[in-house]
Amino acid sequence: MKKIEAIIKPFKLDDAKEALGAVGVQGMTVSEVKGFGRQKGHSELYRGAEYVVDFLPKVKIEVVVSDPMVEKVTNALVEACHTGRIGDGKIFVFPVEEVVRIRTGERGEPAISTT
Amino acid sequence: MLAASAATAVIWLTIVPHSAHLRLLGPSRAESQAWHDSCSSAHQNHSKTGDRSGDAAPSTLSIPSPERNGIMTRKLAVLLGAALMVPSLAFAEDGVSAGQFTANNVWMMMAAALVFIMHLGFATLESGMTRAKNTVNILFKNVFIICIGILTYYICGFNLMYPGEFNGFIGFAGFGLSPGADGMTPGYADGGYTYWTDFLFQAMFAATAATIVSGAVAERIKLPSFMVFSTIFVGLVYTIAGSWKWGGGFLDGLGFYDFAGSTLVHSVGGWGALVGAMILGPRLGKYAKDGRMTPIPGSNMPAATIGVMLLWLGWFGFNGGSVLSADPELTSLTLVTTCLAAAAGGLGAMLAYAFVSSKPDLSMALNGILAGLVGITAGADVMTPMSAIVIGAVAGGVVVYSVLFFDKIKIDDPVGAISVHLVCGIWGTLAVGIFSTNPEHSFMTQLIGVACYGVFTVTCAAALFFGIKATMGLRVSEEEELEGLDYGEHGMHAYDVVPGGGGMPHPSAASPAAGASFAQTAALASE
Repeated sequence: MKKIEAIIKPFKLDDAKEALGAVGVQGMTVSEVKGFGRQKGHSELYRGAEYVVDFLPKVKIEVVVSDPMVEKVTNALVEACHTGRIGDGKIFVFPVEEVVRIRTGERGEPAISTT
Repeated sequence: MLAASAATAVIWLTIVPHSAHLRLLGPSRAESQAWHDSCSSAHQNHSKTGDRSGDAAPSTLSIPSPERNGIMTRKLAVLLGAALMVPSLAFAEDGVSAGQFTANNVWMMMAAALVFIMHLGFATLESGMTRAKNTVNILFKNVFIICIGILTYYICGFNLMYPGEFNGFIGFAGFGLSPGADGMTPGYADGGYTYWTDFLFQAMFAATAATIVSGAVAERIKLPSFMVFSTIFVGLVYTIAGSWKWGGGFLDGLGFYDFAGSTLVHSVGGWGALVGAMILGPRLGKYAKDGRMTPIPGSNMPAATIGVMLLWLGWFGFNGGSVLSADPELTSLTLVTTCLAAAAGGLGAMLAYAFVSSKPDLSMALNGILAGLVGITAGADVMTPMSAIVIGAVAGGVVVYSVLFFDKIKIDDPVGAISVHLVCGIWGTLAVGIFSTNPEHSFMTQLIGVACYGVFTVTCAAALFFGIKATMGLRVSEEEELEGLDYGEHGMHAYDVVPGGGGMPHPSAASPAAGASFAQTAALASE
């Protein structure tokens, strides 16, 4: 099992959700985060004073899937969230040790099965 | 006096039975002008014990002129003449009818309610222009001010500001309120309002002066210190200073003119704000040693906008009620000049800021509207519409550069209170000496008034702030300022910080039985 973390532009969230659903992922966790990559932030102005805003709003999607699904899911995310401009984001893949479904107590693969 | 008005009425009715037309309310233009002149002098001599009868125009109740025969007219005239002979509250010495008295008083009570709305506006504006971690604190200060303002005005403020006959500098008509024999009659204030209305309307003004300070000292002043300062400021400083003009004091005698409080309310509050901001020092992180400034943006622009619009709405009463009656010409003119100045102020600020940046700043436009309103407040009833626009536009431009200026000299003003209320309050006061339609107003007299209020208010505010600093301390600790005053001063947050509320009772506060079950649940969860 693998955990896939995708940091994407906020307005791409709906597209990402649709794409994940299309490849069979039914659950996900989404959080609002801030961050920057190589492009840094931009300048803003408030009452005549300029200041640099480094941290830009982003959205983080976290899904846990079985190993065979990883390739499909990452490709789907890349296609859905790509704009070609800087700040599109990144995807990270982590190994997962254990998964538990709280309602039923199932552990392991059955806990993330989509059937 | 009663016989004179009765005789006048009878003569009027018999000499012009056919040309008279029905007019129950509203004087003629000439009477209006006479009223205006008497109002101006009456306002200047606003004194509960002073006698102001004989100045106002007589009432103009006339009978309609149908094509009736002369007999009916004469009979009616005799009856009316007889009725007028009967002493009654309906026709007082000033000749104000019961209907006019009621109309005037209703408008004044409405105006009091509108000025009250300004406190809602200030609270909303200030919370929008400051950070979310200090929201509870700034709202609490505003809520405190309206409460303490009205109460201190009841206890001593009203009678300090309007002491009746006094030496012109300081007087006191006693603790509490005392309506007097004529307090509920048209004889009290030229038929403009009752004693109670007078008190309430003025009480709302008093609290406004203190709330101006709260914006400038926001996000770093200790709450108890601010409460002590504002209580004394609104209870003693504002009131004693106010008596010099509205209470009939020495400045009133000099011919100084402040229609609704550009100086008495706004610049007094502004001086307090300036002194407070200087003695407190800027917020942490605002100014770097190398001269750079890191702006601290407000947390809620919708709130700031709603606040300013509420203030504009409140100004309908602030200026409209300062006519001190429902006089149709004066009130309607005042509302027009007020709104024109506000609009011009907003545009003036937008235009001025366009020279600073190509991206329009909402908070500057909002400050511009307020600047225009403050600017017209000294003379809203003695300005032509064109003058009002000029005054507002200049105020709007000035406020932008004033905000930049104070930041340049490192006086931190989170909401722009000093620029809006002090700088534009002074401008509005001086503008009366330049633009007023009343030739008796002079620039020099206005300047003298500005200087007197400046010296007095700065001295008192400095004494208060330094005194509080030496005894109670003025500023919160660095740690608390960084964490946020909501947590430090109030132990609570304005917004839902813990998702889901986090509403579990503190274990130590729970009863033994509840504590046992809590422990059981915790044990189960960890299995």
